[in-house]
Amino acid sequence: MSIGADTELSAPVIPPSVSKRHEESALRAFWQQFASSKLALTGLVVFGMIAVAAVLAPWIAPQNPYDLTQISIMDSRLAPGETSMDGYTYWLGTDDQGRDMVSAMLYGLRISLLVGVGSAVLACIFGSCLGLFAGYVGGWVESLIMRIVDLFLSFPAILVALMILAFLGNGVMNVVLAIIVVEWAYYSRAVRGTALVERQREYIEAAECLVLPPRRILFRHLMPNCLPPLIVIATMQVARAISLEATLSFLGLGVPITEPSLGLLIANGYQYMLSGRYWISFYPGVALLITIVSINLVGDHLRDILNPRNQR
Amino acid sequence: MTTWLLRRILQALLIVGAMSVTVFVAVNVIGDPVEVLISPEATQEERARLIASLGLDQPLWKQYLNFVSDALRGSLGNSFVYNEPALGLVFSRLPATLELAVLALLIAILVGIPLGLYAGLNPDSKASKTIMAGSILGFSLPTFWVGLVMIMVFAVQLGWLPSSGRGQTVEVFGVRWSFLTADGLQHMLLPAVNLALFKLSMVLRLTRAGTRETLSMDFVKFARAKGLKPARVIGVHVLKNIMIPIVTVLGLELGSLIAFAVVTETIFDWPGMGKLIVDSIYVLDRPVIVAYLMMIVLLFVTLNLIVDILYSVLDPRVRLESRT
Repeated sequence: MSIGADTELSAPVIPPSVSKRHEESALRAFWQQFASSKLALTGLVVFGMIAVAAVLAPWIAPQNPYDLTQISIMDSRLAPGETSMDGYTYWLGTDDQGRDMVSAMLYGLRISLLVGVGSAVLACIFGSCLGLFAGYVGGWVESLIMRIVDLFLSFPAILVALMILAFLGNGVMNVVLAIIVVEWAYYSRAVRGTALVERQREYIEAAECLVLPPRRILFRHLMPNCLPPLIVIATMQVARAISLEATLSFLGLGVPITEPSLGLLIANGYQYMLSGRYWISFYPGVALLITIVSINLVGDHLRDILNPRNQR
Repeated sequence: MTTWLLRRILQALLIVGAMSVTVFVAVNVIGDPVEVLISPEATQEERARLIASLGLDQPLWKQYLNFVSDALRGSLGNSFVYNEPALGLVFSRLPATLELAVLALLIAILVGIPLGLYAGLNPDSKASKTIMAGSILGFSLPTFWVGLVMIMVFAVQLGWLPSSGRGQTVEVFGVRWSFLTADGLQHMLLPAVNLALFKLSMVLRLTRAGTRETLSMDFVKFARAKGLKPARVIGVHVLKNIMIPIVTVLGLELGSLIAFAVVTETIFDWPGMGKLIVDSIYVLDRPVIVAYLMMIVLLFVTLNLIVDILYSVLDPRVRLESRT
């Protein structure tokens, strides 16, 4: 994991600092509106804590679960709260290799969040550029792009991703790629819809009268005004991506065994579940659940406040 | 209307064609079945004979043409593993998946619509807020993990319901069904609820949004002003209007339920199409993967077509738009 990835993970929690006065007050108004929902605020705080914990995993985890010198097979499958030979207490138990579940989950969160946030960001960039382009150019290019978008939206994500991974094989990058393939179309459709409305506005006409280069009109004038729906979709899609990655890894077609995400941890504990050793699967699942719910709570509320129909 | 329909059908056929090329190329270029199927100890001659008998020595375009002409005659090759026709294999697993998906859909409708209606009618009550929070949980929970927890609680800890298999089946018209026996229904319950959970939250949210929107419409106010009983206003005037989008969405969702069954079937060891495809992916059983994919493509294109036609029949605005 690189330093670049770490900053990417923590990016959503840090409110952007803005210098201009009026933008600051607009942001403040937005923030006040957002904070009006206790549930959404809780979601944001919880997700922030999870993200921080994931980024800091190597420093806060009690042990490095992938350093073979730190784990002992003698400690395998201990129940939550049991103590190891050398007096260390495993609060959430250990897995079949004798790894501390708390540490394994912290490291697993890193992979889950990296894949989820990374693929959502990349899909957002690709999908929204295409949608923006389609909405701005119009004509047959637009119909072609939108036909392809419709095609991608008409097939269930899990199936498309499953097929891609069946052909490409395991690997973190392959999972990211598969998720981008199944998600980009959502961004395209949303951005194109907004772009169609926005390009009729006077400010685009004004920019065109100034004979600004199309690239500038697209990215400096049109793009910022297409952002609100994009933010909502991106939030929801991060949750979807994390869930999809976990599902694929659970089926054994996601991340490789050397970089276990939460989904793979759950799959590893699956075989012990029927014999009553529930904690190996159960707690990673709880962590996954809390992550996804906290993101969805934020997304749900964002949709309510950013929906233009609700603003009047 | 006729030209629109013809164009729409042509489009659907085009998609099926394009998908067949994509599927075929993807399967043949990226996966190498020779490595999987032929044991490393096989001699050079044995290898060559097997490759020839599977038709893997021919150029790709020729393999594709063979594939299409065979497919049109209803044959997609034999499964490498089971050594029986792939299409037949997929079809033989279809009933198990279908009954699971239909039961899940029924659960989603029968629970989702009443709850959504209640939440839409009393948006500020405590119960509604609980329902809505629950629905966020419903579509946040990863299906596979809910399945695991359900097995843990109902099968392992409480021992109420079986955790895997189809149970007893009854043969009707040459097809085996589980839902006709008590034992089969018991086996179906956990997987069906697991599969239904996500759709249930969706139906619930759709119903609630539809109800809230419809309640402020003039015809509802008028029906109330006429002095109709509240039950009739809601049961007839509101419900009828929110049903159109829900019914059309559900048509499409049946397809996605069949696709999502991949996860549920794997966890509950339900011998349907989804389990078959996951097993086939592990061993790269190409004919089965292709047969399954082509069937899903056909299914989705057909469902989309039906929904489009239904839309234009139900909503004249769509018809007018498509003409221009």
